[in-house]
Amino acid sequence: MSIDKTSATPDDHVVENPEAAAGADVAVDPRLLVRERGFAGYLDEFKRKMRAGDLGSIPVVVGLIVICVIFQSLNSAFLSAENLNNIAVAMVATGMMSVGIIFVLLLGEIDLSVGSVSGVAGAITAVLSVTNGVNEWLSVIIALASGAAIGAIHGFFFARIGAPAFAVTLAGLLFWLGFMLQILGENGTINLDGDGVVGKLTTYYFSDVAAAYGLAVVAVALFFVTSFLDSRRREAAGIPARPLIDIVVRTAILAVVAFAAAIMFNQYKGLPLALLLFVLVLVITDFVLRRTTYGRKIFALGGSVEASRRAGINVTAVRVSVFAIAGFFAAVGGLFWSSKIAAANQSAGAGDLLMNVIAAAVIGGTSLFGGRGRTWNALLGVMVITSIQYGLALEGIATPVQYMITGGVLLATVVIDSITRKTQKTAGRA
Amino acid sequence: MVNVSATPVLALRGISKRFGAVQALTDVELEVHAGEVVALVGDNGAGKSTLVKTIAGVHPIDEGVIEWDGRTVQINKPHDAQNLGIATVYQDLALCDNIDVVGNLYLGRELQKRGILDEVEMERRSRELLQTLSIRIPSVRIPIASLSGGQRQTVAIARSMLGAPKLVILDEPTAALGVEQTAQVLDLVERLRERGHAVLLISHNMADVKAVADKVAVLRLGRNNGVFEVKTTSQEEIISAITGATDNAVTRRAARSNGEAQK
Repeated sequence: MSIDKTSATPDDHVVENPEAAAGADVAVDPRLLVRERGFAGYLDEFKRKMRAGDLGSIPVVVGLIVICVIFQSLNSAFLSAENLNNIAVAMVATGMMSVGIIFVLLLGEIDLSVGSVSGVAGAITAVLSVTNGVNEWLSVIIALASGAAIGAIHGFFFARIGAPAFAVTLAGLLFWLGFMLQILGENGTINLDGDGVVGKLTTYYFSDVAAAYGLAVVAVALFFVTSFLDSRRREAAGIPARPLIDIVVRTAILAVVAFAAAIMFNQYKGLPLALLLFVLVLVITDFVLRRTTYGRKIFALGGSVEASRRAGINVTAVRVSVFAIAGFFAAVGGLFWSSKIAAANQSAGAGDLLMNVIAAAVIGGTSLFGGRGRTWNALLGVMVITSIQYGLALEGIATPVQYMITGGVLLATVVIDSITRKTQKTAGRA
Repeated sequence: MVNVSATPVLALRGISKRFGAVQALTDVELEVHAGEVVALVGDNGAGKSTLVKTIAGVHPIDEGVIEWDGRTVQINKPHDAQNLGIATVYQDLALCDNIDVVGNLYLGRELQKRGILDEVEMERRSRELLQTLSIRIPSVRIPIASLSGGQRQTVAIARSMLGAPKLVILDEPTAALGVEQTAQVLDLVERLRERGHAVLLISHNMADVKAVADKVAVLRLGRNNGVFEVKTTSQEEIISAITGATDNAVTRRAARSNGEAQK
């Protein structure tokens, strides 16, 4: 240390400190959070996470179980294969749109236009394929591309012009609603071919029992192998790895859920195509978000825009692309919606759809404040919302009450999100 | 002062910068050598931040010459500075709270394997880097939000080390830190010098400056107000140069004759 001790330095601590720090180097830092190996250590970490407010998906899983117990006790048809199968198909439209919204929420922004955009996609497909006789596949591709383009336009106004995303997409909500009504024309409803591409989306089931079981086997095997190989690689590199017991427990839980679902689907019509597509989308988007630089950029923007900019991330490009993704998935959701009612009509994308899409993302555990969430949240959230809708419908409870209950659930979730953030702040994990 | 090379890594010659009607910098000169810690001090509004931003490429200079390893270079955008080997750690650190330590260290330059993030390699190298810099943090896999101010500062400095820069600019690295944490950061600054990096340290804290800097460059109202050898200059002299309490020429002369007397 090149320090002049004779000079008038009031703070002598600077001189003393290197020795102190060097001494501390020897002892293990007491703040180190070393997880013990094995199951006990796992439980310890779990308890610590609970205390720190790092609840993850636990509240929503508990909520889902509570919902099932309540509705099953009211009506034994709730947990029947047929009802669960219907829920699984019905939730996909909202769920797909929720995936797109999660991308936007990760930025800490909001897209209010997804409902209208989904309506536009349905209308474009119907107008092109039914009214104008364009090939249905081509119509679908054009509809999806339009969704992405519309999202990119919103993104441009937000990212490039600097208008608030809230206002831009609110304008989009109105504009695209009008656009949809315009292209649907006077008639207002265009019926789709139930056996066409769009029609099949929600009506096709893999009736062969091997499909559902096969998917379960593949999912479980894939999960185990990737976790195991990752753990091996980490061990080889000399960094902390997930212990084998941990991987086995996780795989076992996944296996139980996957095979229970497979058995349930096979008791009715088999594995629904809609659900298979939804799961595929979730796997792919989750991979993109957590395993690619693009996903990392989205999380970085949700954490700190300034830090991202200084790290050389093209903020404008990422923002525009994220809104394009939201528009694309809104269009995907719109096609599933059209498929469900086998038509494109004026009420598509209206009503409580937008609210359900956002609610599903938030209920599933995506933070409204940006930077926290996974696309799997869409699955959990939309399961909760659709289960409530179907459960109440079974009881013959009218829409007004459905709205109130869904609103209550959403409020509860946002409260949990806010409290979690507060707890995390005090635990230093916000 | 230890093994300082003859050609400065960075030399600023007659740098001027205007913002509209405000002349932020006038004819500023500055030299930083490899293996040397130069402290840049000055009162609020003296132009420290502006000078740093011109070096980092945030604000291009209006007049003057920037020399890098003896060659004249143009620094017009942050990318230019990074390519030369200038790493800047800003006061607000620019870390993402929601991303873990490894993710922050590699933000914007993630290691990839067939288009997929190579988390294992990034984590291994992060641990290695933190170890060589003797940085101790609870875990490299916890979000930045869980770290203390000092730990965040050390992560931000470690992050700047990844590109193997020749010059590291630290903007007020100890401003918000406690006693122990300040010492950790100062230790780190010395380790950077030992490893042959040139360090430009902006600070308000005279104790820090006296503790780690080899030279002190004083800015006052956007102009040079003396460069002092830390060993041979008293704190009062530096402070009077900062505040302008003493006549500039006299201060400089005193510093010079003082230095010659010591040799």
